[in-house]
Amino acid sequence: MSQHHHDHDHHHDHAHGHHHGHAHSPPQPDDKVHSYYQILGVALKELLIEKGVVTADEVRAAIEARDMTTPAHGAKVVARAWVDPAFRERLMSDANAAVAELGFPMNTTELVALENTDEVHNVVVCTLCSCYPRELLGLPPSWYKSRAYRARIVREPREVLAEFGTMVPDSMELRVHDSTADLRYLVVPQRPIGAESLSEDELAALVTRDAMIGVATVRR
Amino acid sequence: MPLERFTEGDVVRVREDYPIGHFRTPVYIRGKTGVVTRSFGAFGNPETLAFNLPGEKKHVYEVRFRQSDIWPDYKGNARDSVHIDLQDNWLEQP
Repeated sequence: MSQHHHDHDHHHDHAHGHHHGHAHSPPQPDDKVHSYYQILGVALKELLIEKGVVTADEVRAAIEARDMTTPAHGAKVVARAWVDPAFRERLMSDANAAVAELGFPMNTTELVALENTDEVHNVVVCTLCSCYPRELLGLPPSWYKSRAYRARIVREPREVLAEFGTMVPDSMELRVHDSTADLRYLVVPQRPIGAESLSEDELAALVTRDAMIGVATVRR
Repeated sequence: MPLERFTEGDVVRVREDYPIGHFRTPVYIRGKTGVVTRSFGAFGNPETLAFNLPGEKKHVYEVRFRQSDIWPDYKGNARDSVHIDLQDNWLEQP
């Protein structure tokens, strides 16, 4: 009887009758090949832990905090700017202080808010690496870090935006912001037409990551 | 505090220089002329920080370049622009 129980609990033994109606393959081995710089990073981390400069738990907690930051933070900032003109003023004049009010400190970088208007559309890139307002948007998408986006958005931005499905009218000025130094940029998209009756939370739900990078607009 | 040599509205040219080291001035903008649109204050200099060397802070400005001044064959709106953060030591009077 105990042997019978064992067979049913032990999923690696396929000799017994199968009840759950789906095929399953064994767990895949972790066969990722690490690059030179990944190995260097791991070695550095291990040395810092061995020397007592940081603890493994602090490294883990920092990664966890990064992973828990999502574009919902930025969306709250944008929605507040849409409904509260005084906050919008503060966001445009001292963005670090304004986002800190909502509980999102910028750490070591300086934030600049870029407002899209009927005349100007803003889009952000870091042509040198992957500078990004991570405190508000989380980790950047892979396309943001790709050579193709970084090279082309400063060279043929209208074509790149069209590939994202965003048509910037010829009459509008398109401003590309190349984030090369200690500044980080957040695009404040235009409030969608027909959203007048929505609450702040409902508005925040419309604001997407791509709209805050500037490769999309906000629609209802 | 380092000297703030430029203010909003100044026409500036980016040094056309290709030294070896760590620089935050994109190659595509070197030698191009633009207009200072704001001054952000002084920041630690990545050119020395990258090598853990002491060095004075540098002023960082936002400089606006017309796309057609960067790429002669640019096809969009004539007012389309690229705004870049640049360090004081990379800017000169044209």
